[in-house]
Parts: sequence; structure tokens; C-alpha cells
Amino acid sequence: MSEIKLVLRQEDYDSILQHCVQGFPNEACGLLAGTMEGTVKTVTKVYLLKNIDESREHFSMDPKEQLAAIKDARKNGAVLLGNFHSHPETPSRPSEEDKKLAYDPSLEYLILSLQDQKHPVLKAFGIDSEKQVTIHEIEYVPS
Amino acid sequence: MTFTIAGEKKEYEEGITLTELIEKEEIESPLYVTVAINDEFVDREKFDTTLIREGDAVEFLYYMGGGAGHGIYE
Repeated sequence: MSEIKLVLRQEDYDSILQHCVQGFPNEACGLLAGTMEGTVKTVTKVYLLKNIDESREHFSMDPKEQLAAIKDARKNGAVLLGNFHSHPETPSRPSEEDKKLAYDPSLEYLILSLQDQKHPVLKAFGIDSEKQVTIHEIEYVPS
Repeated sequence: MTFTIAGEKKEYEEGITLTELIEKEEIESPLYVTVAINDEFVDREKFDTTLIREGDAVEFLYYMGGGAGHGIYE
């Protein structure tokens, strides 16, 4: 595991989970904004976006929603930290497609697996420009 | 001429096109970047002819997508 750590409030985890469950059986997606101090990335806001692919195998964000989220984050003194999407029926690990389409190595790529809906699994990954994947710790903090 | 990219002030000579700006800013994987100027998205085929103007607010957005992948349910 890399030394990069993502700090996520419980309420933000809950909203990610709810968004992904509501989107099931399709994939759901969104953005994470917050602050960075050294290797610690603290999420201060989660943006729940539409999956314009409306697919259970793919997701694409709506650029208009993406732009609105980024501008809102900036207005609130935050930066884009990463994104999340769900894997409705597969494990929480980046697929070849996820790796191929991870264009920004500075971002966190979170995947919530709903393979076992009673035990959803959220993991955070770094994907570098060589498409090497590292798992990052998620520290959950009270809301 | 002054304008902003992602909210940060930039200075370039007048007459710069969007394609030239992408090169000068060393935007990685430009084929997967969507550009908005003053909240209006620019068609890729117009990148060569779109001039950046004083006071513009330019945003580069990376395509964000992925997924479990083709054919997993087939």
C-alpha cells in the first residue's frame, strides 16, 4: 500500500454508497473534492454525477456536470481529488478499461463494488502514467 | 493579453488559438480533453480556429470514464 491516504467522512461514504445503490444495476459515478497536505488528501465534498452511458459495464461523466463540480469546488477553496464509480457485479479493482481511461495520475480513483450488496467494498487507487496501480488507504472519520 | 485557465491567470500574446494553447500548456493526452471557454464547450474540430481572447475563462476537462468493461455480462 502506498503512503498516500484519503480521508473520507462517514456521511460522504454513505452518500457515495446510496448513489451507487440507487444507480444499480448500472454503474454510478461522481467526483471528490477537497484539500491536499503532503500525502494526505481530505475529501470535503462529494459530487454525485450522472453516468451518461447508462450502462452496467461502463461509465462516462457529463462534461457539463463535471465543469459545474470543478467550479463549485474551486469556489469553496477545494481542488479535484479524484473520482469514484461503482462495479455493480465485479470486485473493487481497476479493470483494463479503468486503467486505460485514467488520464490524470494525480487523481484518486475510487471503486465501490456492489458484488455483495450486503458488504459493499470501497477502495482507492492511484493509477500512474504507466498504468501501474497502487492501493491507497482510506481513513474514515466521523461526520 | 490576460485570461484564466482553471481559475489561474495566464498571459499570452494575442492571436493564440486553442490548439496552440494546448501545446504551450503541455496538456497531456489532449485527445481526451474537453475544453470550455466561458462555460461554452468548444467542438474539437474548432480548436484550430478558436482564438483565446482577453478575459476568457478557459477550462480543460479530462474525459472521465471507465467501468467494469466490455462483455462481462455476455
